Amino acid sequence: MPNAIPADSVGLVVPQTLRFSEPLALDCGRTLAEYELVYETYGALNAARSNAILVCHALSGDHHAAGYHAPEDKKPGWWDSCIGPGKPFDTRRFFVVSLNNLGGCKGSTGPVSVNPATGKPYGPDFPIITVRDWVKSQARLGAALGITQWAAVIGGSLGGMQALQWAIDFPDGLRHAIAIAAAPKLSAQNIAFNEVARQAIMSDPDFHAGHYYEHNVVPRRGLMLARMLGHITYLSDDAMRAKFGRELREGKLSFGFDVEFQVESYLRYQGQSFVERFDANTYLLMTKVLDYFDPAADFNHDLSAALKAATARFFVIAFTSDWRFSPARSREIVRALLDNDHEVSYAEITSSEGHDAFLMPNAHYQTLLHTYLERVAREVGV
Amino acid sequence: MALRPDFEIISEWIAPGSRVLDLGCGDGALLAYLNATRGVSSYGLEIDGSNIIKCIEAGVNVIQTDLDAGLSDFDADSFDYVILSQTLQAVYYPDRLLDEMLRVGREGIVTFPNFGHWQNRVQIALGGHMPVSRNLPNEWYNTPNIHLCTLRDFEQLCAKNGISVLQRTVVDHAHRGGWGMRLFPNLLGEIALYRFQRRSDV
Repeated sequence: MPNAIPADSVGLVVPQTLRFSEPLALDCGRTLAEYELVYETYGALNAARSNAILVCHALSGDHHAAGYHAPEDKKPGWWDSCIGPGKPFDTRRFFVVSLNNLGGCKGSTGPVSVNPATGKPYGPDFPIITVRDWVKSQARLGAALGITQWAAVIGGSLGGMQALQWAIDFPDGLRHAIAIAAAPKLSAQNIAFNEVARQAIMSDPDFHAGHYYEHNVVPRRGLMLARMLGHITYLSDDAMRAKFGRELREGKLSFGFDVEFQVESYLRYQGQSFVERFDANTYLLMTKVLDYFDPAADFNHDLSAALKAATARFFVIAFTSDWRFSPARSREIVRALLDNDHEVSYAEITSSEGHDAFLMPNAHYQTLLHTYLERVAREVGV
Repeated sequence: MALRPDFEIISEWIAPGSRVLDLGCGDGALLAYLNATRGVSSYGLEIDGSNIIKCIEAGVNVIQTDLDAGLSDFDADSFDYVILSQTLQAVYYPDRLLDEMLRVGREGIVTFPNFGHWQNRVQIALGGHMPVSRNLPNEWYNTPNIHLCTLRDFEQLCAKNGISVLQRTVVDHAHRGGWGMRLFPNLLGEIALYRFQRRSDV
């Protein structure tokens, strides 16, 4: 943490855990008899319980979206730029809830958790989860916190997909859905990248078919490769050129295969540090959640039909240099909403940061979110 | 917020409770006005990021888009009115955009600065330079207005493209009418407002 907690930070936060003993029937046909969800909250729920915002995380995110866990933390939560007093999700007005999704590796029930049936970690036997399953579990978390309707459900990338699914599955469960840098489903290219990531992990000799916990090893190389590949798709060509160019670490070519270019060093660092904080089985699972997301599939592949029953107001945001989920993908969502005469606004933000832009501080982006959330605040009377 | 006087004229042309699309909606003031006075359901299209923020602040639905890329996100006949206010002269393909307006909407409404106004004619004829005026404040090299036209030009295009004019109002810069403008609209009118639809025989 910086020397002093910034005035616009939510400060020190403590994650909480809720245990759910009502079985959760999953899309895959299996049932989780019981499970735990880890979450954090920022701000206070008002008496009318109308000011709650649900923040949904993306592929490698977790419940720690804002503030610090300990004074010595070097970095705040992953969306600290947007959550806090005076920030777009203003914690003086809103009660912000952020959870670690099922299948995660940061405390909510997932592959690293002990399977009560065997007494051993689930590992690869953890059921494949879907966005719909997540939304169901999030609704139960909301109910446990006394929230029957979210003022807004917000997320970027895979998080934006959850916001969409919310609007489809629980039309009355939210007033606003804010989907940032998202897509209505993955393209073949998106799935292809995920498959290479999975192959990297599964072909690591330390993977042991997912049972690596029992061997006291981690498929480090595979997970690192998966993350390196993912990271390339999060950045734009321009951002990489601006950040690294062809700069050499030692200033000259060494005619070998060691790290020479700065971009190599950066990717390796990203990959290595990811291995320290993320579980390979969870990574596999998260890529599957992405691949399977396709709310239109249940409606004869008609996205407009899928969104027909939605009553939320939508705010869709895309970034110009995002080629993983490009603006054209967001416009598919907008179009389906327009088909239904739903209330929707769409902003296309000029950014060179690629898909990662949704997490980066950007004055225009933050003003947009802030302005929209002000409107939500007025609506719910805070 | 000061209301632009042409808003009132447009508003009178709009049936209450109808569906409206505003092309180049700027800060959303017209739509906010129509939402409030006519109870319409509406969307605005706008390209400028700072205007998008203003629209969101005004509580209107806005889609950030480039009008020159067309209206392909909208189905045919999805609106009662498609409005193009002070923007026709700034797009690359005004003729195609008019067609698009009447594809997605039942009726179109446009407003534009009349290039045939006598002051413009004088500046070209006697001054020998491109007109600069209250309604056309830019120099030729930095103007967004790349397709200026006169009332006659516009009506000729309508006739050629099977568009019938339902209503025309010509006003001065303060959006006042007058007998002179009714007699010599193309000479004395500064701003033209048209409501039109697809000719039924087309």
